[in-house]
Amino acid sequence: MFVFTLRRLSLFLFTMLLLTLLSFSVNFLFPGEAIINLTGAINATPSQLAELNDAYQTHRNFFIQYFAYLGHIINGDLGLSMASQSDISTEIVNLLPATIELSLVALFIAMLVGIPLGFIAAIKHNKATDNLILSVSMLGYSIPVFWLGLLAILTFSINLGWFPSAGQISLLFEIELVTGIQFIDILLSDSPYKWQAFSDASAHIILPACVIAVAPATIFIRLARTSMIEVLETSYIRAASAKGLTFKQIIFRHAIRNALIKIIRHVGLQFANLVTIAMVTEVIFSWPGIGRWLIESIYQRDYTAIESGLLVLSCFIFIVHILTDFIYAALNPLARGNKYGT
Amino acid sequence: MNYLKLITTALVSLLLLTACNEEGKLSLNERSIIYCAEGSPETFNPQLVTSGTTIDATSNQLYNRLIAYQGDENILSPALAKSWHVTADGKKITFYLRKNVAFHNTDYFTPSRMLNADDVIFSFKRALDTDHPYHLVSGGNYPFFQDAGLSDLIDNIEKINDYTIRFHLTHPDNSFLANLATDFAIVLSAEYAEQLTMQEAKSDIDTHPIGTGPFKLKEYRVGSLIRFYRHNQYWQEPAKIEQLVFDITPSNTGRLTKLLAKECDVVAYPIAHEKITQRKDLSLEAITALNVGYFGFNVNKAPFDNELVRQAISYAINKETLLEAVYQGKAEMANSILPKTSWAFDESIPEQEFNPELAESLLTLAGYSEGFTMDLWAMPIQRPYNPNAITMAKLIQSDLKKINIKVNIISYEWNTFLQRLKQGEHQSFLLGWSADHPDPDNFFTPILSCSATKTGSNTTFWCNKEYDAIIKRALRTTNINQRKKYYAQAMAIIKKEVPLIPIAHSKRYQARGNNVIGEILAPFGGINFYQVAKRNLTKKKSLDTHSPQGIKSNIMNTGEN
Repeated sequence: MFVFTLRRLSLFLFTMLLLTLLSFSVNFLFPGEAIINLTGAINATPSQLAELNDAYQTHRNFFIQYFAYLGHIINGDLGLSMASQSDISTEIVNLLPATIELSLVALFIAMLVGIPLGFIAAIKHNKATDNLILSVSMLGYSIPVFWLGLLAILTFSINLGWFPSAGQISLLFEIELVTGIQFIDILLSDSPYKWQAFSDASAHIILPACVIAVAPATIFIRLARTSMIEVLETSYIRAASAKGLTFKQIIFRHAIRNALIKIIRHVGLQFANLVTIAMVTEVIFSWPGIGRWLIESIYQRDYTAIESGLLVLSCFIFIVHILTDFIYAALNPLARGNKYGT
Repeated sequence: MNYLKLITTALVSLLLLTACNEEGKLSLNERSIIYCAEGSPETFNPQLVTSGTTIDATSNQLYNRLIAYQGDENILSPALAKSWHVTADGKKITFYLRKNVAFHNTDYFTPSRMLNADDVIFSFKRALDTDHPYHLVSGGNYPFFQDAGLSDLIDNIEKINDYTIRFHLTHPDNSFLANLATDFAIVLSAEYAEQLTMQEAKSDIDTHPIGTGPFKLKEYRVGSLIRFYRHNQYWQEPAKIEQLVFDITPSNTGRLTKLLAKECDVVAYPIAHEKITQRKDLSLEAITALNVGYFGFNVNKAPFDNELVRQAISYAINKETLLEAVYQGKAEMANSILPKTSWAFDESIPEQEFNPELAESLLTLAGYSEGFTMDLWAMPIQRPYNPNAITMAKLIQSDLKKINIKVNIISYEWNTFLQRLKQGEHQSFLLGWSADHPDPDNFFTPILSCSATKTGSNTTFWCNKEYDAIIKRALRTTNINQRKKYYAQAMAIIKKEVPLIPIAHSKRYQARGNNVIGEILAPFGGINFYQVAKRNLTKKKSLDTHSPQGIKSNIMNTGEN
């Protein structure tokens, strides 16, 4: 396990180096002066600019510049937003938790729906149920998320009036920002309307989370189906069945556990996909997350925000990836010996 | 299996929570209003702006004026001043202030005294006196005070005692009281200003406002929301709702969605009127705002220095098509610059006739039988009085083509447009005017008087001595019937000389859930949430059957007197 951890850490470090190198070089490719793209200091006076040039070592060679840049990132200095002139790291710290919250709920819904359906399809392999589930999952995978989002708003918010269409919580509730994760903040707050706020926030998250969950859920269906089919064909299942265990016992005691392990490996991969979908969905549902912020930055040609936002987001996805690897390794001793990484 | 049970329990409890929430949320929801506004305010001090969005968010919510308009007839009535007295020569006006008016008590300011004469003097001096320590804070621009010429009119403001002040005017002016009742002439706190001077944070006076109004500012997130709390020590009965939230939603469809999904109680400038009127739980309101959109001529430039040419064009334009295409039927046709809802409107003014033959013969009479080419300047942006000037210009272009006049449409960026208009570079133009107060003079003087040609609000540069004398006489008369006669004469002169062709008086729209009661819109000035309340949902069900459907027109000011 120690070697495994070391290996993951070194992978993390090298990937981060590459990522920062990429985001650093992008500054030279964006239009305008690199130092301004890097810091976002569009209104800087000449003396401030000289200070910045000094801090980022722009007169030295490329590598020293890069390490100066790394130093700033490690200290949490991501520059100023060109559009609003506010500190980007503060903005990201305020916005990222909302995206994490939305993505986690969506992931939970996707797993909760996708995996059991996949198992059912595998158990009913090549029967009508299997075909039905597969076709529905195909349909779900092909629907563009922005269209699905609008359709969901039209149906559930406007026509049925079940769920709200925009935002994280009704503006009536004043919840102080502590962790950024709305549900935790609500529980921490001393508002007399705590529980109303909690259920209001739940109502707000359901629609966007379900829209995001559709595509990953269909993937989970297929993954669960394949891995279950594989498991069901293994010899230990046949042995169990020969021992006289009922079908139910085989599925619940042996098959599900072994099939699940294979799926967990893919959760990390799916998470990256899910965050991408979440970014579009945030725009549709006016969710105050990093995706909406990033897309607005793109509209406003806010290069500093785009570059730093992407860096943080990819770093976050990578961390999730590594975390799922750890969970997988913890659950499956076989994986720890895998010499070739993933 | 245990997992399954756990999940089911969790889901069921979540559902239960959502269910009790309906009961519980009502309490907070019932005591609050969410208003979906079209934009963010520039400042929280209406003295500094003329923008409608800012006025909506600030004037009536945060502040009071010395006097106010009340009732459907818009009678001047006491507000912060409990009474006032005008001397016989009309040059000295004394206000007696209320003694129990409390300022907002907020996170950033705790008032130690009630409103007194110092606050009133501070507020006016700030806007009028260029040497005042607060005059240049936030830019030193007080457009309303400058346009209304108040600094020339007000000679001095005298403090008689703590609760009595006297305005000394340089000459009598009948619209002075009306000007004091506008959304701009608000009263700030002098004590707060002193505190800010000590803290060296003078500009906070306009960003962290303290007033006497029915609501106080709690929180403002730029581009996102404004949260107001009720001002419990309000000098009148406190507002009915505890919390007022402005949800800033610039997108038209976003506001519509929020209205339909019941996330907003009241929505500014809604689109898709039919969809809203179809819904039984929503209602659409329209109010004929005191404004006018017009087609003006630069009378200093040929061929529009010729009265006959201007008359010819007025006959050649089909206003009905303009109303249909540009305002989508959401406006009233204008017969003169004054809206029909004003008490001074003269019913005998005939509707503009559409008669291309007559237009052609007038042109021949003026010596332009071959026609001519002209420039028409169209506003680049949407304004309440003209939602689409470019389209209007194109329609006018095709109308005038029929009488052999070739029209070139010209448009500049809004500020450049206004700047160049003031310099008189144009031949003809499309523009409009929204009134700041219901006094008819607010139309006659700024749009067409000789003095307004100098300040740049009269860009027709039409200056008629007779007209000017009439509107000046009207201002000095207190007899309302006599004033009405003067304004009828003035309108007749406009009708004859045609310095501009009035086109439309547009309506202002607003949509709300049927459970929201109380007037919000006014025919002029900003919206007001003081009287607004939410009807209990249980009661609502029984009332729903009687609730008005379709467009409810609240045309105030029906001009009986």
